[in-house]
Amino acid sequence: MLLIPCPFCGEREESEFHQGGEAHIVRPKDPDELSDAEWADYLFLRKNTKGLFLERWVHLHGCRRWFNMARNTATNEIIAVYKMGAQPPKAAINKPPKTAVDKPPKAVGKGAKK
Amino acid sequence: MSQVNRLSSGGRIDRDTSLEFTFNGRRMVGHVGDTVASALLANGVRIVGRSFKYHRPRGIVAAGSEEPNALLQLGTGGRTLPNQQATRVELFDGLVADSVNCWPGPDFDLMSGIGLFHRLTPAGFYYKTFMWPASFWKYYEHVIRRAAGLGRAPTEPDPDHYDRMNTHCDVLVVGAGPAGLSAALAAARAGARVILVDDQAEHGGSLLSTRRDINSGQALDWVAAASEEIAASNAVTVLRRTTAFGYYDHNFVGLFEQRSQILSDGGDVSRQRIWRVRAKHVITATGSFERPLIFADNDRPGVMLAGGVRAYVNRYGVTPGRKICVFTNNDDAYRTALDLHDAGVAVPAIIDVRDDPIRDLPTEAMERGIDIIDASAVTGVNGARGVKSIEVMQLNAAGDGVTGQARTIECDVVCSSGGWNPAIHLHSHSGGKAVFDTERGIFVPGAAVQPSHSAGAAAGIFDLAGCLRDGTSTGKAAAANAGFKNASRRKVPDTDTEDEGPMRLLWSVPTTAPIGRRGKHFLDQAHDVTAADVQMAAREGYTSIEHAKRYTTLGMAPDQGKTGNIPGMAILGQALGVDNVGDVGTTTFRPPFTPVTLGALAGRDIGPLMDPVRMTPIHHWHELAGCKWEDVGQWKRPWYYPKSGETMQGAVNRECLVVRNAVGIMDASTLGKIDIQGPDAAEFLNRIYTNAWLKLKPGSCRYGLMLGEDGMIMDDGVTTRLADDHFLMTTTTGNAASVLEWLEEWLQTEWPELKVFCTSVSEHWANVTICGPRARNLLAEFTDDIALDSKSFPFMSYREGTVGGVSARVYRISFTGELSYEINVPASYALNIWTALMNAGEKYGITPYGTETMHVLRAEKGYIIAGQETDGTTTPDDLGMDWIVSKNKDFIGRRSLSRDDNMRNDRKQLVGLLPTDPDKVIPEGNQITETRLEIPPRGTRIAMIGHVTSSYYSANLGRSFALALIKDGRGRMGDQVYMPTPNGIIAAEITGPIFIDLDGERQDG
Repeated sequence: MLLIPCPFCGEREESEFHQGGEAHIVRPKDPDELSDAEWADYLFLRKNTKGLFLERWVHLHGCRRWFNMARNTATNEIIAVYKMGAQPPKAAINKPPKTAVDKPPKAVGKGAKK
Repeated sequence: MSQVNRLSSGGRIDRDTSLEFTFNGRRMVGHVGDTVASALLANGVRIVGRSFKYHRPRGIVAAGSEEPNALLQLGTGGRTLPNQQATRVELFDGLVADSVNCWPGPDFDLMSGIGLFHRLTPAGFYYKTFMWPASFWKYYEHVIRRAAGLGRAPTEPDPDHYDRMNTHCDVLVVGAGPAGLSAALAAARAGARVILVDDQAEHGGSLLSTRRDINSGQALDWVAAASEEIAASNAVTVLRRTTAFGYYDHNFVGLFEQRSQILSDGGDVSRQRIWRVRAKHVITATGSFERPLIFADNDRPGVMLAGGVRAYVNRYGVTPGRKICVFTNNDDAYRTALDLHDAGVAVPAIIDVRDDPIRDLPTEAMERGIDIIDASAVTGVNGARGVKSIEVMQLNAAGDGVTGQARTIECDVVCSSGGWNPAIHLHSHSGGKAVFDTERGIFVPGAAVQPSHSAGAAAGIFDLAGCLRDGTSTGKAAAANAGFKNASRRKVPDTDTEDEGPMRLLWSVPTTAPIGRRGKHFLDQAHDVTAADVQMAAREGYTSIEHAKRYTTLGMAPDQGKTGNIPGMAILGQALGVDNVGDVGTTTFRPPFTPVTLGALAGRDIGPLMDPVRMTPIHHWHELAGCKWEDVGQWKRPWYYPKSGETMQGAVNRECLVVRNAVGIMDASTLGKIDIQGPDAAEFLNRIYTNAWLKLKPGSCRYGLMLGEDGMIMDDGVTTRLADDHFLMTTTTGNAASVLEWLEEWLQTEWPELKVFCTSVSEHWANVTICGPRARNLLAEFTDDIALDSKSFPFMSYREGTVGGVSARVYRISFTGELSYEINVPASYALNIWTALMNAGEKYGITPYGTETMHVLRAEKGYIIAGQETDGTTTPDDLGMDWIVSKNKDFIGRRSLSRDDNMRNDRKQLVGLLPTDPDKVIPEGNQITETRLEIPPRGTRIAMIGHVTSSYYSANLGRSFALALIKDGRGRMGDQVYMPTPNGIIAAEITGPIFIDLDGERQDG
């Protein structure tokens, strides 16, 4: 069971949280501009990274706030937590993960710029 | 039978206190300090069970959690425990133990004939034998279970209770042997909060079973002093009879505590406890497991592990036999021979696979006159029901053949040692890798991946002095890691030292014939897996240890292969032509280390405490009225209110008629209610719901449909604009929590610029709904500040005022189609208002109605229930609800509605069904066919064109009716369809989904 540092409450047990899937996926501004395939990509397709992964969590049985987490999915090391709309901390992303992985994913989309 | 094998002195047992117990119905006596295994051996029991597959007689092999054979059914009734290792159960007075895998008993077992047909039960036996036809598996399974089956689960409720503890510490030390005790001492002296865990009742670990010196005194005196110092420290929690069963992420470790000596009875306290420990640093000082030498017929009762025999002699004052041979590839096993000899037990020979062992221990053995047969091997065991003698031959230099004449040595026990494997299980759970040490033929822990250390034998350090040193330095380092850097400078204790020679690796012991041809070389006695099975798996192409393990079931029994796994891997490696066992790899250790009871895992979360029960403020009135309950999520809701002697259908008919003809009253307090406030609240709802919300006037209500981004209906409900910047949303009872989560997710993650706050007020407001043509007359008696005529207070609007002297929010919303007022009052006033309305409504024949009546009435009007008419694949258009989908704005899910698949004509669409026989109610969920076929001809496939979503008998219609989702349903109006049910086929006609009051005239009363 992970020990998750909620940016608002501090360290809490994983059972207080829900994982919310890949982070930095932004709802298209004008969905009508998108083909069915592009829309399906936004709706359904998510990365399944071994190694550094940027994902969303919500402290559901706590402060009920959403936040982002950089986690190594191979070791479950939590590299950083940062607020919604923020960019992942550079230091965290550049830190070599404990297991060999591909290049760290780039943060993309509108949410990443906020 | 008396304790024939009890030594006259020695052991850590209390000879003055006798304990009576029964084994397979035979009365026996042991002492405090005994395990069931040591007591059985003391009483001369040799056969404790039959093997899993071949039903061969089996005896006790080991003295710890690596024991493969001595699995017992313990106790009776609700407290019975299956598959308990006799080596781990402390003896108590009145204990009842039975063998698990034999019938009628281990000495005479009817299934043992199977052993004669062993060629029929090779590796992968299940996969090869029970292949065809697949549909027969349900029968095979019963046969296999009976033939192979281990213990029985209790059939009665467990009378004991269990607890769960949560705690934190700086340093968790697992194991209280020499390394663990040293580590705990060092960490505690540095000031760290320490938890010291050991699975035994007393500290000492391996020292309990050996004769060693520490600081020029007996090792156990040092243990006692260390244990005392630790116990005296306030910062240390000592848990005995406690096993660390799993090491999870972020230094989270699960402990399983047995609270009393009496395994099968909790007495006054909880029987067992799970400790959930979050440690800053973990030290695994879990010791090591001895591995056997794999020789022919090494499963005969009386073939044991050298370390196990040593434990019985030294710790329990028991000898498993009178003439005990030792078979070894290392020096450590000589200690067993010396201890036996010194205890007065004959040691006819030590058979050593090495040539001319000459270091300290062999020399001591020679000095005592014990015959050492070097460069030799045990090639056979005589005595099917217990060792009578062994065959010994000379081993060739390569270790793959034997030469010369076989020599027969009489003995009743032969114990072997193939070296010791570090117990790296917890290290492995934590994510750490195992590294193969080629020279010693063992897996040692690789680099730690969590804040943890392995110490002592668990780290591959087997000498006592090394364990004490390593434990001390590891304890200091762990404390320093946790922030306690003031380590004590006290000296590490001295020990006796013995110079030990290297072992000779020998994974399987040859005989004159190839392996498997003459006798069986067992690797896994608990699952009857032999060296020949592993070789066969290799020949059949199972080249990965993970595959070979599953195919042969090597190491998959309750003991998890603690003895035979490494030899098994090595033998697979040899069969595959891989020289280095490390290249074969090891299988992954997974929790639990030893079995954990389900009772302990469940703790107090059982019965009524498993899930909270939510009750409305009017609950007890309903209860007194004799309602039947329906569970809706965690809520208890009145289902219907039967009068004495009334059937469910009778009660529902009566309630339905009253609502449409007079007035009914319902407790709708469980409805989800979310208070939504903020300047952007209207814009937010506009994005969440499919219809338009910007122009809704304060005081008005609107029905809304919520979709997932995939365009499928998620929830529905009425939302009211209380003020420009203030809305009250209602959700279905079961979705209240998930809808709130949904709203918060969008607000926080996608639209943080919207100034909106959402608050759950479901429990703050009770909802008393009065419904029916007389509802207005009734409410008029309770309010003088709300005008009730349809002009002043129209349908789909809301007014604030007083009802019965209480501030109330009254909504004119209807889920039945009748004139209806949903009176919302603060929860504490609800019962008061309810009883006042009941009393005043008596003259109108007011009747409480439950969820069943509500469902019938809403279905008569074709109103959907999210989750009943929808199933996560239903779009608004499927339900004919295009009218609520805005074309002029974006909302969640809109883009998905124009996907090709969601525009198909032949999607399942909501329709009504009228059964031809008006008394027949179609089962809900029933499939629907286009054609009527009583018995479809073999091989034909009948297309299902839809399913029934809601189906009731309606007293108002005087007939049965249903709602259904049918492919292209709206294009099939008037068609006949058929519902095959277990009681025959029901025919029905497709109609529109509204059955009463098509024009909506009744809602105004």
